[in-house]
Amino acid sequence: MSGAGDDADPAPDRRGPMLDVADLSVTFGDQRVLSGVDFDVERGTLVGLVGPNGAGKTTVLRTVKGTLEPDGGTVRVDGEPVADRSAKAVGRLVASTPQGTDLSFDFTVRQTVEMGRTPHLGRFDRMGECDHTAVETAMERASVDRFADRPFTSLSGGERQRVLLARALAQETPVLLLDEPTANLDINHAVRTLELVRSLVADGKTAVAAIHDLNLAARYCDELVLLADGAVRAAGRPSDVLTSDTLRDAFDAETLVTTQPGTDAPLVTPLAEREAVDRQVHVVGTGAPAADALASLVGADCRVSVGVVPAGDAAAERAADLDCEAVTVPAFAGVDDTARERAVALARAADAVVVAGAVGDGNAPVVEAGRVRLGVETDGRDGPDDAPSGLVGDTVPLAALPAAVATLPPPVETDAAAPLGQSSTD
Amino acid sequence: MRFAGRTVGWSAGLTAVLCAVVTVSAGIGPVWIPPGAVAKVLLNAVAVPTGVSLSGLALDVSTTRLFAYPVTDLQTQIVMKVRLPRILLGAVVGFSLAAAGTIMQGIFRNPMADPSIIGVSSGAAVGAVGYIVAPVAIPLGLGLRGAAFAGAILAAFGVYLIATRNGETPVATLLLAGVAVQTFLGAVVSFLLLQSGESIRQALFWLMGHLKGASWPEVASSVLLVAVPFVVLLAYARDLNVMLLGEEDAQSLGIEVERTKRVLLALSSVVTAAGVAVAGIIGFVGLIVPHVMRLLVGPDHRILLPTAALAGASFLVATDTLARSGSAEVPVGIVTAALGAPFFLYLLRKREVREL
Repeated sequence: MSGAGDDADPAPDRRGPMLDVADLSVTFGDQRVLSGVDFDVERGTLVGLVGPNGAGKTTVLRTVKGTLEPDGGTVRVDGEPVADRSAKAVGRLVASTPQGTDLSFDFTVRQTVEMGRTPHLGRFDRMGECDHTAVETAMERASVDRFADRPFTSLSGGERQRVLLARALAQETPVLLLDEPTANLDINHAVRTLELVRSLVADGKTAVAAIHDLNLAARYCDELVLLADGAVRAAGRPSDVLTSDTLRDAFDAETLVTTQPGTDAPLVTPLAEREAVDRQVHVVGTGAPAADALASLVGADCRVSVGVVPAGDAAAERAADLDCEAVTVPAFAGVDDTARERAVALARAADAVVVAGAVGDGNAPVVEAGRVRLGVETDGRDGPDDAPSGLVGDTVPLAALPAAVATLPPPVETDAAAPLGQSSTD
Repeated sequence: MRFAGRTVGWSAGLTAVLCAVVTVSAGIGPVWIPPGAVAKVLLNAVAVPTGVSLSGLALDVSTTRLFAYPVTDLQTQIVMKVRLPRILLGAVVGFSLAAAGTIMQGIFRNPMADPSIIGVSSGAAVGAVGYIVAPVAIPLGLGLRGAAFAGAILAAFGVYLIATRNGETPVATLLLAGVAVQTFLGAVVSFLLLQSGESIRQALFWLMGHLKGASWPEVASSVLLVAVPFVVLLAYARDLNVMLLGEEDAQSLGIEVERTKRVLLALSSVVTAAGVAVAGIIGFVGLIVPHVMRLLVGPDHRILLPTAALAGASFLVATDTLARSGSAEVPVGIVTAALGAPFFLYLLRKREVREL
């Protein structure tokens, strides 16, 4: 008998993914909100849902917790489709914190957290010993026990969010869904909340969080799922998902992706949207000022080259990140003739030479080769700008650099006519 | 345990208040009977069943009275035959309106909701006035009460059907459908009043809400109609608490939201209809009493629902006593509104309700 039963109803596979979203599609009226969303979440991991506003992050979470029935596809939690379970059964498996709750009646914090026990109680059950323990533990863990007896409505946005997290913890579920857990939080509380989620995940919970802040997501999540326009654009390790290309595709925005200090998580810096500046610029300089000048110019769509820089310098590394042409020499080796000639050629071909940071004597001919020379203000933070002072004309702040380049005369047709062309416009 | 104790304590206290209000009220009238004498009459009436015998097809229950205090026959007659049915009916109606108001405020997550929000009272009005204008034979001798009850249930069910799509009933739609149906039924009532001719006085008297002419069978049937749904509603008190978090949250906390809403709407409509059918439209009890009790005992429906219901019973008995003790009787609906509305405005100014 049992054999037949097993065939009909296989036991859930305890080693499969905790959460399996397959070919999910959701429409609201005529509007397609999700189409063909596929991803899964391994047990004991924290997966971040990232993507622009309206990408469908909240919709994905709603289908996972069973409050929204998808038009197509399935969501399996622990091997079994959510749609086949009762609300109570889902409530014992999946807990969620909403983006916010408007409670117009004055429940205390403790009463609110106690509601997290609802899926564990029958209609006529009273809260037992283990229920009270679960509530106290949850309040302690989310550090809301200090104001356990205050009315929920008297709390600040950040405190409310932690109470809702405590409510979800009181559910004692293997899966935790967080919708913008850090949206109303200051940086300290945001980090503390995500550290808490990490420690819950270390204790064996599986968590999915919709997170707006890409850098927090990159730092705390094991994997990311990048959603845009209701479809998965990329999924995997944060460093694979968060690249300039995927982000441009998903957010329609220019970003600079580097590495967060002290970790290998990607650091996403949005670049202000500007008119594309169709100019060729050669950057001379080293260190952070030169690296920042490169990023700023690339962000404005200039064609940028750099050199001569020592290999391993911040400017050389940034150039590699940004796919800029760089003339490098080995560190501490000094500028050799071949390198200088290549750099001079680049400088001569460029519409402008930008000097940022310390420039040694070896680079002086490169600067001199530029038709227009601009200096970048360095706030004196990285070496004296003694060398270029005689070489550059105007000095501009970093933020104004793309604008300054954009005001240069348009590119001339032939390289040979360049000096004439420029003098004629003057 | 602490919580259960609080519920029992408040309920016991309010039951004692209700008994006191009933006792004092039964003494007030053209003939004044001191509360002590009323208490003796009431205690004399307490009987316990002592034996059951079968004679033919009828079941005979023999009872024994526990007390035999010396009271005059006249006092017994006045209390038991004249005043008590009306007082108890008032208690039941107040109980039902306050209970239904509590439930509706919970479902709509809005402390301004009242029991007739989904058209129950307007439906009852159409049923009652229609019957007064053009009486039809209704079996079982239900007459006016039956017509009002049927109108109430039909209206509530109609509003529910209008607001439901694909098995979902969003409360915002329900609220607006209720407003529209109430307006429509109000027009029907006005039209019927124009046609009522001689009986307009009776119709208006009904619409104002009164407890005149109550009888024991009426008390018994409304107790039954209110008690059964009320017990089920008590069992749903915790679900209603969770529903206050919002339907999305409630669903993810394991509440079958749509089913729960259906049950709560159906039962509270029956409870409201039972009250309105016997007493006409009595406003403000279902709005004010839950509101005040929420300030006193907090928003948890496990304590709020029983205490609001008991307080509603006392409130209506007291206001009806006021209504009938003047030289000419006023419909109690006028008294509750005249007392309730200013008090509500006072609350509004004091508490500054910012969100609805």
